[in-house]
Amino acid sequence: MPLLKVEELSKSYRQLDGERTVAIEEISFQVEKGKFVSLVGPSGCGKSTLLMCIAGLIPPSAGRVTVKGIEVSGPPPNLVLLFQEYNKSLFAWRSVLGNVLFGLEVKGKRSQQAEEKARHLIGLVGLSGFEKHYPWELSGGMQQRVAIARALAYEPEVLLMDEPFGSVDALTRLELEDALLHLWEDLGTTILFVTHDIEEAIYLSDSICVLGRRPSKVLQRIDVSLSRPRNQLATRADMRFMELRNEIYKQIGEPAH
Amino acid sequence: MRPLKTINLAGLAFFFSLLLLWEISSRSSALQVYFPPVSEVVLSLFRLMLSQELLGHVGKTVKRFLTGYFLSAVLAVGLGIILGYFRLAYAFFEMLIEFLRPMPSVAIIPVAILFLGIGDSMIVAVTVYACTWPILINTIDGVRNIDRTLIHTGRTFGLGQWKILRRIALPAASPYIVTGLRISLAIALILVTTAEMVVGGGGVGYFILDEERSLRTSNMYAGVVLIALLGYGLNQLFLYIERKMMAWHRGAAAEEIV
Repeated sequence: MPLLKVEELSKSYRQLDGERTVAIEEISFQVEKGKFVSLVGPSGCGKSTLLMCIAGLIPPSAGRVTVKGIEVSGPPPNLVLLFQEYNKSLFAWRSVLGNVLFGLEVKGKRSQQAEEKARHLIGLVGLSGFEKHYPWELSGGMQQRVAIARALAYEPEVLLMDEPFGSVDALTRLELEDALLHLWEDLGTTILFVTHDIEEAIYLSDSICVLGRRPSKVLQRIDVSLSRPRNQLATRADMRFMELRNEIYKQIGEPAH
Repeated sequence: MRPLKTINLAGLAFFFSLLLLWEISSRSSALQVYFPPVSEVVLSLFRLMLSQELLGHVGKTVKRFLTGYFLSAVLAVGLGIILGYFRLAYAFFEMLIEFLRPMPSVAIIPVAILFLGIGDSMIVAVTVYACTWPILINTIDGVRNIDRTLIHTGRTFGLGQWKILRRIALPAASPYIVTGLRISLAIALILVTTAEMVVGGGGVGYFILDEERSLRTSNMYAGVVLIALLGYGLNQLFLYIERKMMAWHRGAAAEEIV
């Protein structure tokens, strides 16, 4: 049984002028336990809407999402959504340690052990020594690391990530990709990763769902057979990497009919 | 931001030259009874403090002030968070708030006397009433300005509605709440002093009026100076606590400007 299953999910909005906009239409895919799956599609294709539906933050118009066979009707307890805007999702009034502890506190863990675990996670995301800093004192990339540590502290079975590296500079982005891969390999969390960066999707994933233009559908499911651990230079220079990139680009690049 | 510890020499010099002007003009005036020199006022203040006559009044005023202020803070922050978060709740209260808020709060004193008499409960009640508005309005504003992403973050971590209000909306709106609390600090003192003048159950406000009626003008001025000092001291205390508690926000706000 897949850990996460999306079945014919549709979401449409009524605009202010009364017209309906279809954001996503009959999207279906599934994510197996422990896998790293990416959703890649052009900007504005409803990827964020899709993640919000999966996270139970907004109800779908049709179709359903199940996590471990249980239908999602509100935020599921074993799933966390990580946003692109780290500066808006971090708690400005809490220190780095306080932010990461939040992920444990909401599960009722407040002991000395919880603090040790938070410190351990802060170390894993490479922020040792910054425990007492406040988010505004950190760079964008470091803030997103805090957000990742906070999400992992919650120990979700599924981690949804909505273009998490979309607002950091190119070099930081590569660093964060590698940091995320290490964490994923260590902790075994199932990850559903949304991005509009085709190469990022290939580099990170076991499998990629390619979404078309609005209203988006899953055009194709592509397995990425590149070996792990991956390397920013070697993996991206692999012939299969380029083939995959071209294949996905052709699909997304096609104009809407 | 200018360092807070710097002493404003120009301001200090101006302040003391005004006091000097007061002293000189009073001593050369024929109306010293109404307008005693500042040195005499200060002397009266010390005399009154030493004789403990004034301390009883100060105690009453401070007690009424603190009770009213803290009651309104709890009430207005709680209500403000709910009204800021739930649109429907705000829709119910909007007309009422917009109608009552611009009304000068002292106008409620006669009404309060009718219902509560002339005791402490009346003074506290009008103080609560007056202090509620700035805190309420600012809290509502603060909660409304919270980014949706922050609320979504709380929800994805499994927080229910009430926990989101307490653990996310309250701290996220706190910079606005603090602004409301600071405005109400001055308002609380105004209302307590005014109500004391009206009902005559002791307190610094009562003392000021009583000394004026007895033509002990030097004592009257001493009372005025005392209430000013009280306001100044409370404001300084507030700023001190604010600096401690809101350090995270000063940094974050400065970062946003850059």
